[in-house]
Amino acid sequence: MAEARTLASRRRLAAGLRAVISHALLVVLALLFAAPLIFAFATSLKPPDEVFTAPPTLVGSELRFENYVEAFRFAPFARYFFNSFLVAIIGTAVVVAASSLSAFAFARLRFPGRELLFVLFLGTLIVPQEVLIVPMYWLMQVLGWVDSYQALILPFAFTAFGTFLLRQFFLTVPAELVDSARVDGAGLFNIFFRIMLPLSRPALAVLAMFTFIGYWGSLLWPLIVIDNVNAKGTVPLGLNQFIAQQGTQYHLMMAAAMLAMVPSVLLVVLLQKNLTRGLLTTGFGGR
Amino acid sequence: MSISIDTTAPAPEVSPGAHRRTRLRDDRRHALIFLGPSLLGLALFTLFPTVMALVMSLFNWPVFGDRTFRGLDNYARLVGDPIFRQVVLNTCLFVVLYVPLNVVVSLGLAAWVSPKIKGRQGFRILFFIPVLTPVVANAMVWRLMYQPGGLLDSVSQTVVGSPAPSFLASSSTAMLAIVVMSVWQGFGYNFLVFSAAIDQVPLEQLEAAAIDGASGRQRFWHVTLPLITPSIFFAITLTLITSFQVFAQPFLLTKGGPGNATQTLVLFVYNEGWRFLHMGLAAAAGWVLFVIVMGITAIQFLGQKRWVHYG
Repeated sequence: MAEARTLASRRRLAAGLRAVISHALLVVLALLFAAPLIFAFATSLKPPDEVFTAPPTLVGSELRFENYVEAFRFAPFARYFFNSFLVAIIGTAVVVAASSLSAFAFARLRFPGRELLFVLFLGTLIVPQEVLIVPMYWLMQVLGWVDSYQALILPFAFTAFGTFLLRQFFLTVPAELVDSARVDGAGLFNIFFRIMLPLSRPALAVLAMFTFIGYWGSLLWPLIVIDNVNAKGTVPLGLNQFIAQQGTQYHLMMAAAMLAMVPSVLLVVLLQKNLTRGLLTTGFGGR
Repeated sequence: MSISIDTTAPAPEVSPGAHRRTRLRDDRRHALIFLGPSLLGLALFTLFPTVMALVMSLFNWPVFGDRTFRGLDNYARLVGDPIFRQVVLNTCLFVVLYVPLNVVVSLGLAAWVSPKIKGRQGFRILFFIPVLTPVVANAMVWRLMYQPGGLLDSVSQTVVGSPAPSFLASSSTAMLAIVVMSVWQGFGYNFLVFSAAIDQVPLEQLEAAAIDGASGRQRFWHVTLPLITPSIFFAITLTLITSFQVFAQPFLLTKGGPGNATQTLVLFVYNEGWRFLHMGLAAAAGWVLFVIVMGITAIQFLGQKRWVHYG
């Protein structure tokens, strides 16, 4: 009896010990994972001649916050940030507007060919952006849009991802709500704006944030369609040019990189519990 | 998380008679308005360019100047081009290294960071950060890692006493360096997908298995894993497709070098189209990528019946 009890308590102790070790290992792993970011941040505050040292240091002889100011002096980062915010905000508005309108049609309107059209919508998802860039550039030439804001915003604003996500959410809004409003004589636009959109705020927020981040980090298309980086360039283009011109000034490069990450990190923290739902929206998979 | 694409919406409740008819007419009229922007956008910016990509691939199509119809000439040139063959092999090498690594790391960590772990949300946020930060910024951070004198080198000098190899400058390590950076950057996505799926596994089933004497490892292999195969299927398909499209990491870290050792399909499209201004050839290479992506999608959907348990 007593023996069994000590055995049980010993087993519990072993299990507890295992849990502590497992957790400690996980924390070490998380630190290793974060190490590049931590080291980059540390570098962004170092004097230039202390970037490459063995053994590596976290804090240099002084904390040079001026690096951030200096990075802005070396390249027109204010301009890049302005352009990025402009493109990302307008682009997000277009995506949310177009997807919510079509999602409402697919979720709550009856019209011939609805299912077929929806399958066709989803079918467009299989075409990779990388296949479209060549003809898209030609289309921009034809439209006279090369080196313009609309070229940064519109071509990839119409994707079936948003429509799909919002339709799934709209379907969870009770049909009786829509129907009783119609019986009361409310028009479809009224129902869309007064009932559907307010009830779908969480889904709209998730779509908006992920779309914003998609625009914010986009590299390939802006690289192609923008010639004058200093006038129309977004942050990724600015960083890319900075690498080419100041590729050895690691303290400044890291300062610029840290600033470019701020909006994304803020959104991750804001999104928190909604991250999972947003996963499907803008195709960030395994990038 | 189970992903089922259900294309039929339940029909809205409709009261009988005249109401019904006027409402259907109303629906039909409004459908076009509601669908208008998306339909127009998708037609102009997705369907039309897809067809145009095929058309352009049949032409000698310089960015400026005269275009001439060449039939399948561009495709023949691609097949005969040793650089293109290497580019396809490089891309496959990236995929073969990246996809299994990504899935194993994200699945392993998702199982490890179980609901019992303290600070779980913190781990989730941390692992997800590089998924959403701009690739260019991530790549800059990793240049600082790989750079001679950078973090890896200085750690190596301190610990081993000798400098680390110049990872990005040697053709034997450059691709591996790109893969490692890509896994670091990308696994947070699948980690979250798997975490969400593991949360859905019914506790009673795990407890029942535990009472029957199954160890933690056995419970994972025989209870959890079969139940989350739909998520694994979803993750592998998506990761495969996106990894064939890899561009930013090699573009930013190595520019496809040294030599052509890390040049990938999309990098080839970019170089042909915007450095050498051969739009026709670039479009043909793009279509090769498209066919690969369609092929994977088809194979995965045919194969899923064999090993996916949909609950």
